[in-house]
Amino acid sequence: MIEARAVTLSFGETPALRGADLRVAEGEILAVMGPSGSGKSTLLHCLAGILVPDSGEIHFAGQRVDTLDEGARSALRRDRFGFVFQFGQLVPELTAVENVALPLLLAGTRRRAAITEASAWFARLDLDGLQQRRSGELSGGQAQRVALARGLVSRPQVLFADEPTGSLDSLTGEHVMDLLVGSAREQGTTVVVVTHEARVAAYADREVIVRDGKVTSLDAEPVRS
Amino acid sequence: MYTLSVYMWCMVLGMSVPLTLLGLLEREPSHGYDLKRDYDTFFGRGKPLPFGQVYATLARLARDGKVVIAVEPGDGPERKRYVITESGASEVNAWLVEPLAPEPHLQTVLFAKVVLAIMLGRPAEEYLDTQRRAHLARMRELTEVKRGGNLVDALLADHGLFHLEADLRWIDTTVARLDALTKEVAR
Ligand SMILES: Nc1ncnc2c1ncn2[C@@H]1O[C@H](COP(=O)(O)OP(=O)(O)O)[C@@H](O)[C@H]1O
Ligand SMILES: [Mg+2]
Repeated sequence: MIEARAVTLSFGETPALRGADLRVAEGEILAVMGPSGSGKSTLLHCLAGILVPDSGEIHFAGQRVDTLDEGARSALRRDRFGFVFQFGQLVPELTAVENVALPLLLAGTRRRAAITEASAWFARLDLDGLQQRRSGELSGGQAQRVALARGLVSRPQVLFADEPTGSLDSLTGEHVMDLLVGSAREQGTTVVVVTHEARVAAYADREVIVRDGKVTSLDAEPVRS
Repeated sequence: MYTLSVYMWCMVLGMSVPLTLLGLLEREPSHGYDLKRDYDTFFGRGKPLPFGQVYATLARLARDGKVVIAVEPGDGPERKRYVITESGASEVNAWLVEPLAPEPHLQTVLFAKVVLAIMLGRPAEEYLDTQRRAHLARMRELTEVKRGGNLVDALLADHGLFHLEADLRWIDTTVARLDALTKEVAR
């Protein structure tokens, strides 16, 4: 469903990716592991059409992504992809439920319908009663679950998560992963989750390791197709 | 100082003494004395392998056809040189290539495998990656148990997960230091 072929990307003099190959099957939950600075986030950003590789190819659902212009990639991200980052990055001026509704609003859903759909996620992610809070009034784990709801609310085909538990203690982090994996399975969402923690990666179906800008462990093929 | 970790080391490594000696023999035919010296240097961790155990192990390996004894003219035990057989060599290879069953506290045996792999010019990083996959596969199983189970299952699974995680971090650290370890072993 998503594929990177021989992707390279440098930031000025710093090579971040040096020929990264990766295939993710539809419905698969893939953990991307590796030491810090090895290129995990850069790879995720290339797969998601946020960054454009210097060379190599990115394919999504049979379509070449890296050759699309910024407008087309931005539409792809909005319509097909969901995102969760290490620090929830909620909009502080909005309430929790408005934050979750944001992707729907941006995609043109009417406000009332968007808020209703967003609200449904609060029960699902153990967030009942927190709809009207602002991000400053949420604990780290709550904020991250709100961010997860925002990532999933538009029922994306792929959820990209970059260290989604990186700022949480281990129990809270596992709660987030449990809900992430449960929800993704329920709606058939493919997940690419970057993490350096083995206990987080153990929630995935499969793992690959990024070392020095290359993906190792490619011998383990996707378990679903 | 005889700490608990040294004790653990001896217990766990004890299981792999025959394979470790066989591995050392795969480099070149050796006398019992040289084997003991190399074993103590790389795997002894302050607790030398008794001569008695070296010769008893070698005798058992000879009986099982893993080594043959080449007797040189002269007196004393050092007349005997031990030579690994095909069967012995394939046993070492199988041991190096196969990941260990992912149970906690394996790092001592793993360490022996890594050092031997380096000595024998085998792909130590590949072996460690294979082990890493076996560990993570086990961690996935335990995570599944935890997600589906009651609190008791979850707590027991967590205990295994934390220990396997510790081993995995050791594996990652070792991979990151393989170049340095190779220099150390080659000295
Ligand atoms: N925006 C950037 N500008 C310059 N260098 C960057 C930038 N982003 C990442 N890098 C560099 O690229 C390499 C890979 O970074 P990254 O993909 O963030 O690694 P990881 O997520 O595995 O920690 C690192 O050396 C990092 O310093
Ligand atoms: Mg990163």
